[in-house]
Amino acid sequence: MCLAVPGKLLETQVISDSRLGVVDFGGTKRSVLLDFVPEAEVGDYVLVHVGFAISRIDEQEAQRTYELLERIGMLETGDAPIEAEESAAATGLGGPDALHR
Amino acid sequence: MRYIDEYRDPKIAQGLVDQIHARVTKPWVLMEICGGQTHTLMRYGIDELIPPQVELVHGPGCPVCVTPIEVVDKAVEIASRPDVIFVSYGDMLRVPGTRSDLFRVKANGGDVRIAYSPMEAVKIAQKNPQRQVVFFGIGFETTAPANAMAVFKARNLGLTNFSELVSHVLVPPAIRLLLNSPENRVQGFIAPGHVCTVMGYWEYKALVDEFHVPIVVGGFEPVDLLEAILMLAAQLEDGRAEVENQYARSVSYHGNEPAQRIVEQVFEVADRKWRGIGSIPMSGLRLRPEFAAYDAEKIFGVSEIEATEPPECISAQVLQGLKKPVDCPAFATRCTPEMPLGAPMVSAEGACAAYYQYRRHATSLVCIA
Amino acid sequence: MSCPTPAIARDHISLGHGSGGKLSAELMRDLFLPAFRNATLERMDDQAVLDFNHTRIAFTTDSFVVKPLFFPGGDIGSLAVHGTVNDLAMGGAKPLFLSVAFIIEEGFPMYALQRIVDSLGHAASACGVQVVTGDTKVVDKGSGDGVFINTTGLGVVPEGITLSAGGARPGDAVILSGYIGDHGIAIMAEREGLEFDSPVESDSAPLHGLVADMLATTRAIRCLRDPTRGGVSSSLNEIAAQSGVGILLDEQTLPVRDAVRGACEMLGLDPLYVANEGKLLAIVDAAQADRVVEAMHKNPLGREARRIGTVTKSDAGWVRMRTPLGTTRIVDMLAGDQLPRIC
Repeated sequence: MCLAVPGKLLETQVISDSRLGVVDFGGTKRSVLLDFVPEAEVGDYVLVHVGFAISRIDEQEAQRTYELLERIGMLETGDAPIEAEESAAATGLGGPDALHR
Repeated sequence: MRYIDEYRDPKIAQGLVDQIHARVTKPWVLMEICGGQTHTLMRYGIDELIPPQVELVHGPGCPVCVTPIEVVDKAVEIASRPDVIFVSYGDMLRVPGTRSDLFRVKANGGDVRIAYSPMEAVKIAQKNPQRQVVFFGIGFETTAPANAMAVFKARNLGLTNFSELVSHVLVPPAIRLLLNSPENRVQGFIAPGHVCTVMGYWEYKALVDEFHVPIVVGGFEPVDLLEAILMLAAQLEDGRAEVENQYARSVSYHGNEPAQRIVEQVFEVADRKWRGIGSIPMSGLRLRPEFAAYDAEKIFGVSEIEATEPPECISAQVLQGLKKPVDCPAFATRCTPEMPLGAPMVSAEGACAAYYQYRRHATSLVCIA
Repeated sequence: MSCPTPAIARDHISLGHGSGGKLSAELMRDLFLPAFRNATLERMDDQAVLDFNHTRIAFTTDSFVVKPLFFPGGDIGSLAVHGTVNDLAMGGAKPLFLSVAFIIEEGFPMYALQRIVDSLGHAASACGVQVVTGDTKVVDKGSGDGVFINTTGLGVVPEGITLSAGGARPGDAVILSGYIGDHGIAIMAEREGLEFDSPVESDSAPLHGLVADMLATTRAIRCLRDPTRGGVSSSLNEIAAQSGVGILLDEQTLPVRDAVRGACEMLGLDPLYVANEGKLLAIVDAAQADRVVEAMHKNPLGREARRIGTVTKSDAGWVRMRTPLGTTRIVDMLAGDQLPRIC
């Protein structure tokens, strides 16, 4: 359900009472309605579903969690195995801190 | 593609798989709600990678699958009228009604068109003032804002030839139904990340508090789902039951407020029948009375159409995670994507279709996960 | 009788019957083959190779119903030439002659017809084939889509070359000549109003030169197929079925342009099912695979050629694919056309 794809907002314009944008999906561009993301600006990444942007990607949050994921991937490629609790703590997964991320 | 490729990284995926293996010491039954998540799990063979003690069952997260059969019949009835241009998302075209489906209506000469966005239907209405344009407004909460906005903008444009056949469903009441069922085996849920992008995840706190079942909001790429599975496994192994958000790059606690506002303005909550499950109170959306001029059910007088479910299809049990598609005696024999007995075999996101497309030749093997 | 009535009409033809997938195969198997029984037809290759006094003639026909008529990278005219030339080329034939039949809707603009015919003529010259006979019919307004074109092609197959979908053997290499999905996405882009940084163009092109280069390298090529409607998936499934073998692909080797990938992600399409009009799949003896790929790289239409999989003895009749995560999934044939989805 809910095929939504992330893309980069390249330009915006206002036509009648609608704010429209052009979003780039890795080389394909499409016109997207921005009614639901008034805070999105050119250069932001947005998630698009049926021609509407439904959220602005939180790049800082994405970067933070991605760095944790990358470390998991690096551990995978041949470093010494580490204890399960250690790795869970290191990646910040699990526990009340994970709430409301 | 940014925010897609990184979440398909095989090294990260393998790292998460290893962590899941290290963490799991007991058997657990997990459910992913969303059909898109089911598809990713099947397409990447994730069920083969996780420990055999972790059983994944597939939930009713396919709005196409759960669209009641009588709604399809209503769509077919409306689309068959010569003055109508019937516009629908591609997913609904092949879903079987009692006697027909939209694809067949098209084959017989009906003007049935596929749209990527509901705004295309509004444009078609503007370009064809002498025809009635009806848009098939189905979906979960993810799609409701767009479908609502189409009606809203049609009204602003003063269109008199545009209407929607609405059949929206809401996720939390379905989860509540599953959790209340005495046959429920699910111990942890992956909540649908794009529904939560719109709605936030505050609604799941009530479920967690009441049923003490962990819920993790998950994304749609393999790394997202593996991370969500790891987070659920960690909670279960620790004996915790909390709401956690794996898909934080897109989902916030409160969700998308402008989107929720337009939904509230145009739609209201109503009881809704889920195909294969039955009626779930306050689990759907319909157009508010002030938008009656855009309500295709009223305009075309199809409200009274009723239908019964076919006896052989076990989609009810599949959609509730009680059976797997391969458990169905008709799976891949009498029920195939070309000749489906029920919607989960037709919809691209249906559990049965996913199994058929990705797993069929292994059905003779014991299915552990 | 079990309810509900099957979704795909058996008492009417639906669009799915022309999509190159399962329904098309069913129509062939249940309707056409029984009516026209003969050994040549039953080989179900893209062309018929017939023996005339020790000369082997390749004979094929194709109809072109593409909409829109004009698209980036081509039009229905050039497509009509390339499609039929390629069907001949997949049989190893040197294409020589074409017939062209037009079915035109009353009211169709003359300047558009001129454009199409010019394009067809140029494409034919460039391929070295002559349009030697033809036909024109005009139908009532509303009975056609502007223009439909049927082309029939004749070519000669050199001695010693036998290519057939039934020829794949376990251990053989599966080779693809280049980027997949370009044509289908170019068409879809016109319809859906997609834009690209650098426009995606149809890859419509004649492949007989590339085929000749490949056959000059080795005769150990079992089968050639151009993955048009139904995409790579349909062609490989057909080969697996005809040869009674399995095929195992490696997902990470599949060449897809970024723009095509982006469009597919957005619309919910899988490039494996999207049409191509200037690509070929080759089943080749594994020992010769590297040499064939090298030869293909020297041809402008084969620069991105690579091995994408292997023919297997196990899982006969199935096409499977190794995912980037190391697991395996089925690449099934679609029932009808792939539709854009929201789910």
